[in-house]
Amino acid sequence: MPNFLDLHGISKRFGGVHALRDVDMSLEVGEVHCLVGENGSGKSTLIKIISGVQRPEPGARIVIEGREYSHLDPIQSTGCGIQVIYQDLSLFPNLTVAENIAVGRHLGAPHLVKWSAIHETAQAAMARIDVALDPFAKVEDLSIASRQLVAICRAMAADARLVIMDEPTASLTRHEVDALLRLVADLKKKDICILFVSHRLDEVLEVAERVTVLRDGAKVGDFNAREMDDKKLAMLMTGKAFAYETGDADFSARDIVLSVRNLTRPGHYADVSLDIHAGEILGLTGLLGSGRTEFALSLFGMNPPASGEIRLAGKALALKTNSQAIDEGIAYVSEDRLTLGLVLEQPISANILITILDKLTDGLGLIKEATRRSVAQRGIDDLAIKAPNPDNPVKTLSGGNQQRVVLAKWMATKPRLLILDSPTVGVDIAAKDGIYEIVKTLAANGVAVLLISDEIPEVFYHADRVLIMRQGRIVGECRPHSSSEAELRDAVNA
Amino acid sequence: MSLTAEQQSFLPALRRFRRSHEFWLLVVVIVFCIGLGLATDSFLTLQNLFDLLTSNAFVGILAAGLLVVLVAGGIDISFTATASVAQYVALTFALRYGLGWFAIFAIAALVGIACGLINAIFITKLRISSIIVSIATLNIFYGLLIFFSGGKYITSLPKYFRDGVWWFEYDDANGVPYALNLQILVLALVFLCTWLLLNRTNVGRQIYAMGGNKDAAQRLGFQVFRLNCLVYGYLGLIAGIASLVQAQLAQSVTPTVLVGKELDVLAAVVLGGASLTGGVGTIFGTVLGVALLAILQNGLVLVGVSSYWSQLFVGLIILVAVSITAWSERRRRKAKAIN
Repeated sequence: MPNFLDLHGISKRFGGVHALRDVDMSLEVGEVHCLVGENGSGKSTLIKIISGVQRPEPGARIVIEGREYSHLDPIQSTGCGIQVIYQDLSLFPNLTVAENIAVGRHLGAPHLVKWSAIHETAQAAMARIDVALDPFAKVEDLSIASRQLVAICRAMAADARLVIMDEPTASLTRHEVDALLRLVADLKKKDICILFVSHRLDEVLEVAERVTVLRDGAKVGDFNAREMDDKKLAMLMTGKAFAYETGDADFSARDIVLSVRNLTRPGHYADVSLDIHAGEILGLTGLLGSGRTEFALSLFGMNPPASGEIRLAGKALALKTNSQAIDEGIAYVSEDRLTLGLVLEQPISANILITILDKLTDGLGLIKEATRRSVAQRGIDDLAIKAPNPDNPVKTLSGGNQQRVVLAKWMATKPRLLILDSPTVGVDIAAKDGIYEIVKTLAANGVAVLLISDEIPEVFYHADRVLIMRQGRIVGECRPHSSSEAELRDAVNA
Repeated sequence: MSLTAEQQSFLPALRRFRRSHEFWLLVVVIVFCIGLGLATDSFLTLQNLFDLLTSNAFVGILAAGLLVVLVAGGIDISFTATASVAQYVALTFALRYGLGWFAIFAIAALVGIACGLINAIFITKLRISSIIVSIATLNIFYGLLIFFSGGKYITSLPKYFRDGVWWFEYDDANGVPYALNLQILVLALVFLCTWLLLNRTNVGRQIYAMGGNKDAAQRLGFQVFRLNCLVYGYLGLIAGIASLVQAQLAQSVTPTVLVGKELDVLAAVVLGGASLTGGVGTIFGTVLGVALLAILQNGLVLVGVSSYWSQLFVGLIILVAVSITAWSERRRRKAKAIN
């Protein structure tokens, strides 16, 4: 196959920082290619250069189907058939599916809208990739997976030859990811190139042919995807090896911290019973919609159960609010750290202290400055948060460090039970590793941990025991040390 | 019997309409009309409806302009000051230079567009929030007007202007005359133009898209500054035209009488289903929002409720209508989440 795109000598400097150093890359027609690297490795800069949002330094050569450019602008890039699907999908929630797909028709002549043409364009794009969505549905009413389909249809409607997908699997369940990968295989048959940009590796490797790895702005190399696994890639991305082993410690002799019996909330989950011992990390996995998050929220007082019993260190709890749960020593790190876990505009220190403000006050109910500073600094030190100044807003931190701030916030309450709901969504492999380290340290200090995740390796390698949830019920238990990852995966997807 | 293709696409459209805010608003308006028709002899008379339309035209015209700004994701409350300036300038020139219809509408429109563009420049170029900019410009436009006019009325308007438009006259059985007057004519034209702009032009759809997701609109290559100039300029233009409609009805220009009405207009548009966060709102909803408030105020007078109560009821209606929509939306989302 001839090459669709060749990049030669792409460099980019921001001030004194080299975001990209002399990177070459090529894409064959109809190739599925992965671009991987840690946060800050230059992946997004490279995409922005391909999509024409940023200019490379002089000396770069961009060759698209034989035509050479020194740089592209956004119009040229779309004109060449390059379409980027950003992580946020860039859709218009208030408009219909059809209008989102055909939104390109609103640019330029003719200046009057022909609704029948909009619908024809949308239907044709959906038909090309065999997608059936209600063209009149509003995008805000769709699931994330369907929204992604709309974004892909939009690329089709724009006659894409190369579709760049930025973190396409980050907010999808395993089932939805499989559907997406099937779609990618379809696009490939139509000679459309796909460039995945991701740090969630195991999934994209299944469909990719080649992988380009970036580290610190430089290309590490191009690799055959068949010969790669996520451990090798992680090694190439970070220069460090990550090898995990399953735990085989037995906690059954330790005190029971959390004991749940027959907890039921109709429509959410039913008859859930489990124990977590001091120092134990209990994994809870299941597909999205299996009721795991609803159950976790019940433990945290935000989704009261209809019947059943929750005991914490032997004491029966009837939690009605999350502040009661916090007072009892329960901490909850949410799935969606950006919207639920942190106040992004506020300083790091304020975010860490938000759960314990009432414990920092003097006799008049005012906050003591010295205590505030020392407690916040301890949180930053304990969790090794890389922050130049505790008073910088949280949004200035990287994803991994933001996640640590969430943990620091809950550790400040000195919890007995820590609930982690998909704690590593959207963070790269090195940051993940940091989070696992922290969680293991906390458990070693006697905290009981409930680790909820739909990433099988996450619970397999980092929990002492794993419970499997399906349709609101616990349907199985697995001890990683005497089982295999494949067995657990089969049990979850059964 | 099998359905034709047209009927097949019509039925789901009907179902979608039944779930919309506009549908419930329409039901409420019809219920109010029937209720008032039964409770009073005077509500459902041609005379009353004609007066209702004429006297609410000013608010209705402005509501159409404000809708466009809200859909784009902005807000503007300076348009009453814009209107005051536009009518004062246009009619002062008309008196001094003996200008005709076309010239005064052109002057009022240009003054309005200029004021709107000032808002657009500050909002887009300096990225100041639109509410802050328009609070400031409301005071600036109004302050300049009061300074230069000294707050004085203009009462001796040109004769053609005082006579206004009186087309297709029709006398009822009692000899009371009706006709297509300036107010109703402009109201209908403005609603039609706004509908065309929002639903039938590319820029109109770009305005909806920008209101729904500004970042995505920019990535697609929409020119946000140009769209904002269009949106705020359009409201300015509408304010200029509305100001002449109001002056013709009042038969005078009073610099102090319009400022203060901006929240009534905003209330009507929001009642009509437009969202203050942008991207949502229809011209049909706005018509209903204006109609409901007009009918409510008129009806309260007709059934003999003291006008002191009027504001309370207006407030209650807005609160109830907006709550019902929010509540049904919540229920719908909850039902979806469980499925």
